[in-house]
Amino acid sequence: MSDNVLSGLAEIVEEVAGVAADDVTAEKSFVDDLDIDSLSMVEIAVQAEDKFGVKIPDDELANLKTVGDAVNYITSNK
Amino acid sequence: MSSEIEVVITGLGATTPLGGDVTSTWDALLAGKSGVRPLTHDWVEKYDLPVRIASQLVVDPTEVLPRVEARRLDRSEQVAIVASRQAWQDAGHSDDTVDRQRLAVIIGTGIGGAITLLTQDDLLEQQGLRKVSPLTVPMLMPNGPAAHVGLELKAQAGVHAPVSACASGAEAIAWAYRMIKSGEADVVVAGGAEACITAIPVAGFSQARTMSTRNDEPEKASRPFDTARDGFVLGEGAGIMVLERREFAEARGAKIYGRLAGIGTSADGYHITAPDPEGVGQSRAIAASLRSGGIDPSDVGHVNCHATSTPVGDVAETVAIRKAIGDHPVLTAPKGALGHLLGAAGAVEAIVTVLSIRDGVVPQTLNLENLDPAVSLDVVAGEPRKIKLDAAVNDSFGFGGHNVALAFTPA
Repeated sequence: MSDNVLSGLAEIVEEVAGVAADDVTAEKSFVDDLDIDSLSMVEIAVQAEDKFGVKIPDDELANLKTVGDAVNYITSNK
Repeated sequence: MSSEIEVVITGLGATTPLGGDVTSTWDALLAGKSGVRPLTHDWVEKYDLPVRIASQLVVDPTEVLPRVEARRLDRSEQVAIVASRQAWQDAGHSDDTVDRQRLAVIIGTGIGGAITLLTQDDLLEQQGLRKVSPLTVPMLMPNGPAAHVGLELKAQAGVHAPVSACASGAEAIAWAYRMIKSGEADVVVAGGAEACITAIPVAGFSQARTMSTRNDEPEKASRPFDTARDGFVLGEGAGIMVLERREFAEARGAKIYGRLAGIGTSADGYHITAPDPEGVGQSRAIAASLRSGGIDPSDVGHVNCHATSTPVGDVAETVAIRKAIGDHPVLTAPKGALGHLLGAAGAVEAIVTVLSIRDGVVPQTLNLENLDPAVSLDVVAGEPRKIKLDAAVNDSFGFGGHNVALAFTPA
């Protein structure tokens, strides 16, 4: 798993949802562990698209349950 | 047990162009300070707006709220949250002081999330759909301030948002009175919030020729009842009251600021923006507030006026006051200092009225140097006046012909 992608994603999550970047670790669930709602997930996805140069369609976004899911998707699609 | 339900005020909160809370606002008002300052936004130059002044918050809500919370809220919602937290704490409430199904929130706004609407429209125009915030709708909706405060307090008796232009804040307090009187709630957090100092409201009000253009003397621009008045000054802020059924408040040992004895509402049915010069609708609202409060007009010592510093409106109000109460009340117009907080005005000025009764002092009308001869009532000018009050009325009127009067008495 890419550490650069993880730390970049953690920065976005901190900016959008106020979760400390250190707490944004691979096994965490966005909804259950980090308390991020569906509106914030849209913001996070748009910022991640810009930062990493990927496309995250809505049907893919729905499958990204954990931080690790998102890092893996970004890493394999950028 | 008393046969009639009484409504009392147990908590106050505000953030205004005079101060970041109620105490600092009240002190600045009595000290004769003005909240009106030059506008430094780039859009003033860009559109060459004729109005270059506004009454602007002393404490920016983003300095008080956590960053992530602030970015999810329109400025009108931010000020509502700030003032509500103050009022809730001031009332001595906590998580278990009231059954949430007996708690309501009623917060009005005149315009709603105008800044969000314009900002997001710019993003859509310039950068496309992807850049539009998914929070756009909950940020721009005019029930947003009420909804966010209701959610924070988990209020479940009802969350409402009256929209009646510059009467919205007072109308919220009137609704609170009705909910408590009817037995629907024991506690209501009520008031108004407004934050729309941006290009299009300034341009629109300017085009309606309703705003002061005394740009070279900002602090003197808002001058209700003065012969040289030339329009209102746009302001921003929030005022929130906690209102309770008296027996409920007393049972939990709450301090009581005063009593909302009666309320009156009416509509002019006259013109979309101009007040009826005969003050018929306004006087009906004032009279109704006294009737519902069981107050004899001769006992009303003071009227906290809506007077916005427009040539027509200020005089019409005094006609209505004379009709409904007589020529004996002592008047003041806090907009001389505060500017016009639109949907928050009625709530902030209701707070001022309650404090006038509590402290036995009526603030001066800032910038009242030469009383318009058409007024011919006793308007406090120059410095505050000490006066023991048995009853005081707060007027609020809005574009659309909405009239609200709130009648307060001591605790």
